[in-house]
Amino acid sequence: MTNRLFTVVGLVLLSAQVFAFQAPSGQTPTPAGQAPPGQSEFVPVDQLPPSEQLPAAPLLVAAYAFAWLAVFFYVWTVWRRLNKVEADMRVFERRHGQGREGASGVNRTNPR
Amino acid sequence: MKKMFIPLAVLTAAMFAYAPVAIANAPYESTMLLIQKIFYFHVPAWMAMYAGIAVCGIASGIYLFKGRPAADRLAVAAAELIVLFGAIGLVTGPLWGRKAWGVWWQWDARLTMALLLELVFIAYLLVRAYGGPGSDKLAAAVGIFGMAVSPFVYVSVNIWRTVHPLNTVVPTLKAGMFGPFWFCAMAFLLLFTLLLTLRMNLAEEQAMLDDLYLADEE
Amino acid sequence: MFLRTALLVLRKDFAIEIKSYEIFATTLFFAVGCVLVFAFALVKEGQAPPDSAAAILWIALLFAGTLALGRTFERERYGETIRALLLAPAPRPAIYVGKLLGILCLLGLTEVLLVPLIALLFAAPLLARLTLLLPLLVCGTVGFAAVGTLFAAMLMRARTRDVMLPILLYPMTIPVIIAGVRGTSALLASPPDEPTAIMWLTILLCFDVVFVTLSLWTFEPLMTE
Repeated sequence: MTNRLFTVVGLVLLSAQVFAFQAPSGQTPTPAGQAPPGQSEFVPVDQLPPSEQLPAAPLLVAAYAFAWLAVFFYVWTVWRRLNKVEADMRVFERRHGQGREGASGVNRTNPR
Repeated sequence: MKKMFIPLAVLTAAMFAYAPVAIANAPYESTMLLIQKIFYFHVPAWMAMYAGIAVCGIASGIYLFKGRPAADRLAVAAAELIVLFGAIGLVTGPLWGRKAWGVWWQWDARLTMALLLELVFIAYLLVRAYGGPGSDKLAAAVGIFGMAVSPFVYVSVNIWRTVHPLNTVVPTLKAGMFGPFWFCAMAFLLLFTLLLTLRMNLAEEQAMLDDLYLADEE
Repeated sequence: MFLRTALLVLRKDFAIEIKSYEIFATTLFFAVGCVLVFAFALVKEGQAPPDSAAAILWIALLFAGTLALGRTFERERYGETIRALLLAPAPRPAIYVGKLLGILCLLGLTEVLLVPLIALLFAAPLLARLTLLLPLLVCGTVGFAAVGTLFAAMLMRARTRDVMLPILLYPMTIPVIIAGVRGTSALLASPPDEPTAIMWLTILLCFDVVFVTLSLWTFEPLMTE
């Protein structure tokens, strides 16, 4: 169950990244020096005209979105592991409360 | 440390809630305009990463030479945070670079350095996960060496490539940008401390569980 | 006592190696194979890209060195001699130095073969620049071997030791690679850019000092059971 959740979140993050990378590249500027046919000389320009520039907003949003998502993802993994450890502890205490009857069958899960 | 958790969480949440306001109110930078605003999260993420490297290295040293288990837990918590904040920096950097430089990756000095250090501490986590018994000591060595190699990575990669805004950007920040930058830097360092506390708590609980199992088997 | 122990460990490894030349011959041939792979990958119309000679030299050393480290300690692990070494009434860092010297000899001999080979295959004037190339190679190899010997020793008991060694070693020794390749490239330029090479050499020297000291310091706590 948790493995599936993990995969889903991972895929969401990955697609967020892919989406972020897709958005600006759809408007990649064409090389500014491409001469239309029949031009006799190149005319240098200082700045790309606004229609050919990369929009900054999607990149900015993607950057902040990733920062937030990464932090929340980490907190979620810590929370998940904490829940597992606490569940193990409750099982252990319950078994102890039963007077060590099931103690020999303790399942040593890897705490990592 | 546990008692500080709630006030720390509240403070960090408040700072991060205010951060977008501060960032939006900061003036635009003259050549990079809107995209430069990534700077307010990008550089503080690096600062948190370097704080993590220092913490991990020193804690690893204490664990290796003095054997205190708390130091080991601190080291592994710091290593996870290094990977986290490093990843944030390594993603926000190219996103900024795509607009500012035109390419996603240019082997710029700072980003390359960060990539190397990130790899070192991913190796730390891999050693802990797959190193078998005694991997905590092995990982401690990686932590110490990781901290020791940072200045060399800095020097060698710096001389190798520099297209990045120079070191002088931060000390010479003008009034409008100075405030939001240091606000975000504080927010990230608080976030680092908060997450460190959280992860340490997890490590302590795991250690307690291990002790219970060991005591039970006797 | 310290130096005597180190030299004894070196002599032991040497004595074992002399019997079959196993690690020596195979490491050497692997390095040559590596160079050939790069040659076929990079050479186009009989010309390699500029500066590729320096890069190939250090990459081949890196790969051959990683394998040699793994196999030297595999031999110790297989014969279970490491416990005997650690039980000996000798300072533990001396054992580290002994192993380090062994690896250095092995890599040094590999370099003796590689440098002329690369100079030949890539028409690089390596042999003409030996006065600065030798210190670069020595310092770079010491830096790489210092970190490598420690990691290989400490990974001996790990299950995934074969792949863990490169994973740990490569990021850590990238400064050595950068310094080595850039320094060698500077020497191969015409005219040779000696100040740059000397600058990289200084960086390598600092790296060596720091990491040999750090390794000596951490070897003892790492090798305790």
